[in-house]
Amino acid sequence: MADFTVLLPGVLQPLVGGQSYLTASADGAVTVGQLLDTVTGDYPVLARRLRDETGALRRYVNIYVNGDEIRRVKGLDTEVAAGQEVLIIQSVAGG
Amino acid sequence: MGTMATAESYVIAIGTKKGLWLANSPDRKEWSLSGPHFLMSEIPSIGIDTRNGNTRIMVGVRSEHWGPTVAHSDDLGATWTEPEQGAIKFPNGTDAALERIWQIYPDADSRPGVVWAGCEPISVWKSTDGGEHFELNRGLWDHPHRSEWGAGYGGAAAHSIVVDPSGEKVHIAMSTGGVYRSLDGGASWEPRNKGISAYFMPDPNPEFGQCVHKIAADAAVENRLYAQNHHGVYRTDDGGENWDSIADGLPADFGFVMLTHPRREGTAWVIPLKADGERIPPDSKLSVHRTDDAGGTWKELHTGLPDHEYNAVLRDAASVDTAEPTGVYFGTRGGAVYASADEGETFTEVASHLPDVLCVRAAVVVGIPAGTEEKADAPVLG
Repeated sequence: MADFTVLLPGVLQPLVGGQSYLTASADGAVTVGQLLDTVTGDYPVLARRLRDETGALRRYVNIYVNGDEIRRVKGLDTEVAAGQEVLIIQSVAGG
Repeated sequence: MGTMATAESYVIAIGTKKGLWLANSPDRKEWSLSGPHFLMSEIPSIGIDTRNGNTRIMVGVRSEHWGPTVAHSDDLGATWTEPEQGAIKFPNGTDAALERIWQIYPDADSRPGVVWAGCEPISVWKSTDGGEHFELNRGLWDHPHRSEWGAGYGGAAAHSIVVDPSGEKVHIAMSTGGVYRSLDGGASWEPRNKGISAYFMPDPNPEFGQCVHKIAADAAVENRLYAQNHHGVYRTDDGGENWDSIADGLPADFGFVMLTHPRREGTAWVIPLKADGERIPPDSKLSVHRTDDAGGTWKELHTGLPDHEYNAVLRDAASVDTAEPTGVYFGTRGGAVYASADEGETFTEVASHLPDVLCVRAAVVVGIPAGTEEKADAPVLG
């Protein structure tokens, strides 16, 4: 079993009891979508903040795997290997 | 709270582009302001439910980053609750996602717990548990016209919901699509736009496709409604079968607001803007106009309002209360909010320099909102 860690931006941390990251375990590599399903399973409000009800990542939510923004890879199907950092950041938008 | 908790006061909920403010007054003259709640999220819709002697403030919240949701407060804004699974979610199979909640409409006293919502994408929803969980109205969602409804400048949404006392007759308005009516409590819908101009379309008198900005029901005359259209102010006396212009006497027939009196027949308010292409008050002078004869004549109401104003007033940025005489409230895209305790004869400024005002709702409540200063711990949509 490998451990995976998803780092959350400060503004979302109150939704998970103040934790700055969530963890999950899996056998081998997982996709970002699978990882989000797992780590947000107990946090439905957090899940809605990241993805809409069709499962699509919200437009101004950016997820980085090992430094690569997943839209430039395979989106939610992007694979995450054990030990890679998954970072959620809201994009710079609005005024 | 002590004795204050049982005293009546007036509350204005002010939804803006960057959060919610609550204003409170014991007499509708002096107002104190609390907020922002949900800082940096827009609040395009508010419903204040005062049925059964309780007050529940429901807000449609939308973060550019984190999406839309519905939250409610049963303690005048001291705390907010967001249902864990979300109050409004498109069901599986619709392949749609909620964009924005445009309307939250508590139903009649005789139907406690029933709350309607109008949303983007164009959809109507109904809750029977006080706004904690809404069901999609399938009759409208599956309507054969849906693919032909369009988006107004602000998005494609059902923004007006009017339910008659029986609960069977429901009128909604959408931009763009126009007025639709149900005679079976929302199970099926038919367009009802005869007489309303769609001058911007090749056929200016289509069955549907109008850009109706707001509708409101007369307080006392059954089947009478008023409409502020994208150019054109109208009245129907037959439940939408025919609409007739009541724009004569107004300085312009463009605008977004349509308010009706809570009890008195024939009284309605509009806030005209010059034109589609010039969305400023006529002569850049901010005025409310009231009719007391169902649109036969209009009276300009300007006392207390600025002589120079270049901001628009949006469709839901205006409200009445249920007091006697009726209070009239509205806010501008320039962040000013005005209140009248005498049906619009005189206004006082409640707030200024807020973000763009998107929604205003007013009510007579028991108690006062928590806090009158900016609160460091006010909720944000994290």
